[in-house]
Amino acid sequence: MAEITYLEAIREALFEEMERDANVFCLGEDIAAYGGAFKVTEGLSKRFGEQRVIDTPISEVGIVGAAAGAAHMGMRPVVEMQFIDFVANAYDMLTNYVATARYRADLPCPMVVRGPSGGYVRGGPFHSQNPEAGFIHTPGLKVAYPATAEDAKGLLKSAIRDDDCVLFFEHKYLYRRIKGTMPAGDHVVPLGKARVAREGRDLSIITYAATLWKALEAADELERADGLSAEVVDLRTLSPLDDDAIQATTKKTNRVLIVHEDTRTGGIAGEITARINETCFAWLDAPVLRVTAHDVPLPYAPQLEDFVLPQTNDIVTAARVLAAY
Amino acid sequence: MATKKKGDPTVDAAQATATSGNGKSNPELDRELLRSMLLQRRFEERCAEAYALGKIGGFCHLYIGQEAVSTGTLSILRPDDYVITTYRDHGQALARGMSPRNVMAELFGRVDGVVRGKGGSMHLFDRNVNFLGGHGIVGAHVPIGTGVGFAIKYRGGDQVCICFMGESVVNTGAFHEALNMAGLWKLPVVYVIENNRYGMGTALERASAVHDIYERGASYNMPRAQCDGQDVFAVRAATQEAVDRARRDQLPTLLEVRTYRFMGHSMSDAVSGTYRTKAELDENMKRDPIMLLRMHMQEHGELTDEEIQRIDADLKAVVQDAWDFADKSPEPPIEALYEDVYVDTTSDSTAEPLAAD
Repeated sequence: MAEITYLEAIREALFEEMERDANVFCLGEDIAAYGGAFKVTEGLSKRFGEQRVIDTPISEVGIVGAAAGAAHMGMRPVVEMQFIDFVANAYDMLTNYVATARYRADLPCPMVVRGPSGGYVRGGPFHSQNPEAGFIHTPGLKVAYPATAEDAKGLLKSAIRDDDCVLFFEHKYLYRRIKGTMPAGDHVVPLGKARVAREGRDLSIITYAATLWKALEAADELERADGLSAEVVDLRTLSPLDDDAIQATTKKTNRVLIVHEDTRTGGIAGEITARINETCFAWLDAPVLRVTAHDVPLPYAPQLEDFVLPQTNDIVTAARVLAAY
Repeated sequence: MATKKKGDPTVDAAQATATSGNGKSNPELDRELLRSMLLQRRFEERCAEAYALGKIGGFCHLYIGQEAVSTGTLSILRPDDYVITTYRDHGQALARGMSPRNVMAELFGRVDGVVRGKGGSMHLFDRNVNFLGGHGIVGAHVPIGTGVGFAIKYRGGDQVCICFMGESVVNTGAFHEALNMAGLWKLPVVYVIENNRYGMGTALERASAVHDIYERGASYNMPRAQCDGQDVFAVRAATQEAVDRARRDQLPTLLEVRTYRFMGHSMSDAVSGTYRTKAELDENMKRDPIMLLRMHMQEHGELTDEEIQRIDADLKAVVQDAWDFADKSPEPPIEALYEDVYVDTTSDSTAEPLAAD
């Protein structure tokens, strides 16, 4: 079977899920005639028509709210944020309204809000962010952030079928750079299950999304230059977190480095560190360390952006400190 | 009152000058309307008492004075239609047929409450009567109402959604986004603005550049009307036109219903003396919607004093029964805390999505 890109994998998931279930429909800004800012939804309206692939006004509150109303009625809307940064407009709708609907009113809200996220693309402060932490913090929402093409497809299919609202972060740097071979048949990857992307003995690197690839590069470098065997864990889903996988790798290597592209303060690395402290303290041979973006807005200038975001060398350096502790 | 613009077909003539009735007498219907409105009044009088006793906590917003709006609009709907509303929701919940017992239990924070004590006064909900809830954030529910209309249309149903809001909602971004989409996509939603003239303590004229706010519908190419909200017959007539338009032509309407609240914004707000004068309140209370309906019925020989007393005693007993029921209902168990956060933590009581067909 031919390899397809991360972006094409997402598109495949949308096609297959719309084919499978007439209650699935897509709405967003410029997703139909234009095909989406990154062409993720290209061809969708041709296949399924304007009634199911809907170009909306630039109204993030209205789009997410209307999707929630339709979801209460048993439909399964998939909302595209043109850039995930713009989801901030709908923060009220998602965290106050959607997240609590089941709890306060028995109303299921099976919907997906998906969109291009992340940096390394010179996008500047409003087209590069990773705003997942605010949603992870909100009970009632689920958050997925795939790193591989296979997971992009399989997780999105799970997200669409899930009976809760899932925020689905797609890394725009990976859209056309990463390829994968899709397993045959109905390829579904369950939410809430991490994956060991590389087995190792000496230390663990826990990460997700684009920094998975940097962590894998770093692990190769550590093996080659230092003879260190690093295990790399791809979280895949950030809410719910796979505590079993986090504990298993911690107990296996006793040294943990967490890597994410989101900013440092309030990022999910802090939460994972706390959980490891609470459950695995006796297994630790070193403090849990983290490599993250600096606590600044993301600058445009290439030299500045490269400095702010985690790079392979940053991971190698931190891993050496961890191994030597 | 509204002035009809010549050559503007989207402004309909439903704006009534608020004379009661249509000349024809319908004693049975009128009695139903009276019962519905009086139930809300008696229920909320006891809510005020329960709040003073500490049985109802937090924030509690009474509807007293506006009962012709809930009863007038909802008496037009079919059982399979949908209702979504704002935080001043007790009256609409009862007018839609929710059980006074379970509503009171919710206000008391008990396990037999409509959402098992997790929502409280501002978040009443009942799928059995397609009541999609009160909502505690001004304006945030309006896009949800648009989405309900979208789902109805997507599935080819002929239901209608009534989406209530206060007049201050028209200044939120959510209102603009939601109504633009409904106008654009021609959705079967009736947006009912209950204009009681104050958003908390800020008068409409101090918050909106446009004072005849139904005119905002022009921005969305939306049929629109204005009516007297103290006259239940005027509300019914205006709603009937809007609901017909939604059901028959799948077109939305923006209906401004001019009303007045006789109580403070919430239980902690003085009834008058801060942002509105006692004289203004007294003047408006002369048009108590329940009193107006009673007068109409008496003038038409539909109701005797004796009957009124009997109905009133009956409703007071219903409310007392609701109070007793709520008082006896247990507090929610701590085990319920984590139920219904996600589908996999869902209790047995959680049902399926609302049906659109």
